[in-house]
Amino acid sequence: MEIAEELAKQQKAISVAEFFEKNRQILGFDSAPRALITCVKEAVDNSLDACEDAGILPDIFVQIKRNGDYYQVIVEDNGPGIVPEEIPRVFAKLLYGSRFHTLRQSRGQQGIGISAGVLYSQLTSGKPTKVISKIAPGRPARYCELTINTAKNEPEIIKEEDMDWERPRGTRVELEMEGSYVRSRRQSVFGSLKSAAIVNPHARITLVEPEGNVEVFERATESLPKKAYAIQPHPAGIELGELIKLLRYTDKKKLRVFLKETFSSIGTISAQELCSRAGLDPEASPTGLEHEEAKRLLSAFKQLKMKSPPVDCLSPIGEDLIKAGLEKEFRLDFIATTVRPVSVYSGNPFLVEVGLGFGGELEKESRVEILRFANRVPLVYQQGACAVTHAVESVSWKNYSLSQPTGSGIPVGPAVLLVHIASTNIPFTSESKDAVADVPEILVEIDLGLKEVARKLRRYLSRQSVLSERREKEEIIRKILPKIAKKLSDILDREEPDIGPVVAKIMGNLLVFRRKVAQNGFTKVQIEVENHSDLVRSFKLHEVLRQEAVAVSPAAKVISLGDGYDYHWKLSIGPGESTTLSYTVQTDDAALGEPVVEGLDAEIVTGARVI
Amino acid sequence: MEKTEITQKKLEGLASDLYSQFEKGIVPHISLPSRTKANIEYSSKDDVWIYGDQETLRSVKTVRGAKTLLKTVYLSELLIKEHLRNNRGSTLREIYYISENWDIAKFHEQAESDRLIEDLEIVTALQREDFHVRPEEDGAAVFGPLKLQEKTRRGEKDIHCQEDVGEAGYQIPFNVDNIKFQSHDAKMVMAIETGGMYARLIENGFDEEQNAILVHIKGQPARSTRRFIKKLNVELNLPVVVFTDGDPWSYRIFASIAYGAIKSAHLSEHLVTPSARFLGVQPSDIVDYNLSTDKLTDKDMQALRAELTDPRFNTPYWEKQIKLQMDLKKKAEQQAFAGKGLDFVTKKYLPERLTEMGII
Repeated sequence: MEIAEELAKQQKAISVAEFFEKNRQILGFDSAPRALITCVKEAVDNSLDACEDAGILPDIFVQIKRNGDYYQVIVEDNGPGIVPEEIPRVFAKLLYGSRFHTLRQSRGQQGIGISAGVLYSQLTSGKPTKVISKIAPGRPARYCELTINTAKNEPEIIKEEDMDWERPRGTRVELEMEGSYVRSRRQSVFGSLKSAAIVNPHARITLVEPEGNVEVFERATESLPKKAYAIQPHPAGIELGELIKLLRYTDKKKLRVFLKETFSSIGTISAQELCSRAGLDPEASPTGLEHEEAKRLLSAFKQLKMKSPPVDCLSPIGEDLIKAGLEKEFRLDFIATTVRPVSVYSGNPFLVEVGLGFGGELEKESRVEILRFANRVPLVYQQGACAVTHAVESVSWKNYSLSQPTGSGIPVGPAVLLVHIASTNIPFTSESKDAVADVPEILVEIDLGLKEVARKLRRYLSRQSVLSERREKEEIIRKILPKIAKKLSDILDREEPDIGPVVAKIMGNLLVFRRKVAQNGFTKVQIEVENHSDLVRSFKLHEVLRQEAVAVSPAAKVISLGDGYDYHWKLSIGPGESTTLSYTVQTDDAALGEPVVEGLDAEIVTGARVI
Repeated sequence: MEKTEITQKKLEGLASDLYSQFEKGIVPHISLPSRTKANIEYSSKDDVWIYGDQETLRSVKTVRGAKTLLKTVYLSELLIKEHLRNNRGSTLREIYYISENWDIAKFHEQAESDRLIEDLEIVTALQREDFHVRPEEDGAAVFGPLKLQEKTRRGEKDIHCQEDVGEAGYQIPFNVDNIKFQSHDAKMVMAIETGGMYARLIENGFDEEQNAILVHIKGQPARSTRRFIKKLNVELNLPVVVFTDGDPWSYRIFASIAYGAIKSAHLSEHLVTPSARFLGVQPSDIVDYNLSTDKLTDKDMQALRAELTDPRFNTPYWEKQIKLQMDLKKKAEQQAFAGKGLDFVTKKYLPERLTEMGII
């Protein structure tokens, strides 16, 4: 026998299940602690996706139990449930799912995640996965015990029966596996659920830890995220092979109809335009297009400026909920958020959202924590390989009041950054979905988003420093000046001096200062009004008198009040300027109380009552 | 007017200035000369170094300034009501402790209250003794052919600084104004840095042999020591020589006696003896007498370099000596003379140096 024939005997197809059995690290099952996290994460993602599709507010229960040498992972949701016939394939067949062939934002995409958990569980503990699912209150729940036949990548049903289950609907999955439970780090079941809770503020997630400790990540909102709709592929960035495939298998009879119906953002007019640019007959059959013609069509795609893809295929978290999510899990002094407009890379729409939390109980001297999310799924591992991290590192944070000791890299300071990328297709660096690839369009959007929140932070901090200056001045005025005045009067044995004029000067306030001079039985009253601020102050000054005054200068408007008279002047005083008002009355006690200022804030006026 | 009354009036004047600033709507403030090396000027009138025209403003516009002014008025009240009216006094350290009860006007460290008292000296053109404020350290010791009278709490005492004192000598009180010189046989005053050399000269009978009043200045001399030296110089018309180690730090001791200190330049006219001369150890003595030496440290070199830019050392004599020392890279202690025999310093070095200086 020839060697080639000998070798040919050994060649055979490899099932995906067998492939992943040998390459489990690709799916994120490379270490004992990580296997637990990945498994919980995949199950929770499925629950969140299912609830969102069904318009249900998710209520997810996660329990990790020790069982001898193994850990038991239980994830239970209140979602729509899975019809009995589908249960085996959903859980025990790799690359089986509902989302791979549609273009819309969802957590799961390939249909690998939970089946990989089932595979890992059966490899390490040898036990089948137990699933209960119920689709309506009146129907029985279906209980299954499943394993994967790795040679065929098909489910094997160990046990299958109907049963009673107290839930009206939902799904429960129970896996047993090798693992190791850690808590303290961000890279833990607790940490990853906490992160998931931040970007899924509509979900309640309950975690029961092996020691029995219960953590509830409570909802921050009752409203469901906007539903993401499936869309057609966008012509920008589509590749030739993909285009040829679409042309060959379409059921459309005319090229122009094919263009309009197959792609998003192409209308009747742009379809005509594309055909004429490519030199193709719009009425021709798309299936008959030559390779050369397809190439011309593709280059026409590139020439013509197309509308952006529709936004409704994406479901951003939104500024309010990012804020609510951050507030829920951190104590902060300040939060800035931004949602960037939809953008496109290689035909895939995406958008970037950024949140920045500052101050509060965050560590002042350590590096800023970066919370990365892709389609509402927290990314926990391989921070250093991720586009989000790279974008954060390349911002010059010193310009935005955060320190960056080496001039680049992750900034240092009491801040936390949240970056969420939503897309119909997130470009992960690997199948374990740990890091987003450095796609230039995505890097640009993250950069712009980061700078937007950073500018808001800078504005906040400069406002804070103005406030602290104001507080400092208040300390002088409230605590120190009165004491100096008191001591001076003690030393000199004189009356305490009026600190009002000095207060007005220090605070940059408007000073109203009344002086009385008695003259031949009359009292001449002078009101000095000094503006110590940098701004023009316009306001009304009222003087309420028991009796009518004479020699009022400048003339004032007078309103009779019954038991007295309200004299008022409309004044406008420039920065650093002053004016004097005067009038004469018969008795010394004519004025009722202090002068009154109308139209300014109380804290910028000294020596008068403010209304 | 009695001194106490003048002092009280001046402190009240400060308070009433601040009071009228309030009345006039002027932001209360005190201005003081800035106490830095850059603001030291030579006054040809008294041959001393005093503060120049640069001023710092202490106003209530900042929390710091406001607190300092608050402390100033608290301190003024203490000085007026407790010290001057009751004829009592406190030490610098006691004042720091008294402020414990002053709430936000409390001093955070003694340096703060010390500085504030110096500020009051400057503002009032008085001295802390006038406020009845005593320093912590005792004055230095004196030994020599001098008879004086000291006013003490137990009356006036006559003391001869050789016959009526022990081996350590007469101790200078903190207020030199309480001393009256009566008679003396002295030809010179010698200020000595170290206790070892002071004791050596007494043991060798140098004071009797050369009719010298020996003053042990104990390192950087206290104010009372400097005032005492000046008083000897002015009232008895005696030449003053300063005998220290041969290193940059000791030159500064000499400078504070002869030129004044940066910190207390406001008192230069009371504290400084411009005619005082540097006896040694000079860098050139290291060569001439082949003395045992230590290497200059980096800090020593730095200090020498700083002295070259210090206006007080800007004379041909100091320039020559400092540059020589920087070349030698060596320093010598006073007591290095012991290496030549215990009598060497009194029999050979000092007579030679003093002759060279034209004092004997």
